[in-house]
Amino acid sequence: MSDELKMELGRRYRFAASHRLHSEKLSEEENCRIYGKCNNPYGHGHNYTVEVRVSGPVDPATGMIANLADLDAFVNREVVEAFDHKSFNEDMAEFREQVPTTENVCIEIFRRLKAFPKARLERVRVEETSNNAFEYAGNGIQDRRAIR
Amino acid sequence: MVYLTRKIEFSASHRYHNPAFSVGENKRIFGKCNNPHGHGHNYTLEVTIAGEPDPVTGMVLDLKQLKEILEREVMQRMDHRFLNYEVAELKDQIPTCENIARVIWKLLEPKITQGRLYKVRLYESPDLFAECYRDGAAG
Repeated sequence: MSDELKMELGRRYRFAASHRLHSEKLSEEENCRIYGKCNNPYGHGHNYTVEVRVSGPVDPATGMIANLADLDAFVNREVVEAFDHKSFNEDMAEFREQVPTTENVCIEIFRRLKAFPKARLERVRVEETSNNAFEYAGNGIQDRRAIR
Repeated sequence: MVYLTRKIEFSASHRYHNPAFSVGENKRIFGKCNNPHGHGHNYTLEVTIAGEPDPVTGMVLDLKQLKEILEREVMQRMDHRFLNYEVAELKDQIPTCENIARVIWKLLEPKITQGRLYKVRLYESPDLFAECYRDGAAG
């Protein structure tokens, strides 16, 4: 373990969206059994909270890992505007082929934020409700294919 | 290994301003946080200690002791203070969440003699926090 003190910044964002959990690879019955109410044909929605964590050296001139205005602008453009008030299944190409579970939503958000130029993306946490949370730290994302 | 976390809250004001920057640069970089008379937050501090429970007491460290350390090192120093002017450790630093968290780490680390300081997380608001830990110890 290095003695260096590591610093991370965490910032939370919110959006509301709808989804339906349904896999073309499964029969109607299996979809119903596996996804339950989440398989309802017309979908349903959640208020999602996204926690973004970045790390990096603290600039002595600003006291910051990354200027919040830059981080906010990037996350708002790449995630909040792209996901807010959308139907994942109908409105987003990424979820045509894969089921928009919050696991997959979390991975997609990580993929989009990885390009943030001012700090290193450490982790993305997505809370689908106050009881369900999913985290992804990007292990092997390049090789990963959607499971569902 | 057991990790225990104690939470405290304090309120303080601050202003982001670097005298090496021009008025225009300060405004552009720090935005509203550059307002001359400062502004305040309710900070929430979470301090995590890692260690093995003592076989006799069953404790990693006595929470009363941790409470006293936090009261002395953090509350008395920072609660209801203007961080730029009243906290010597933050003099000549921009009192961002990152810098305050690091100052708190440095104040607490030598005082934790049972277990070891594992993580300091400081919330400036429910939507913004800075966290520090030794590199290699997962956050």
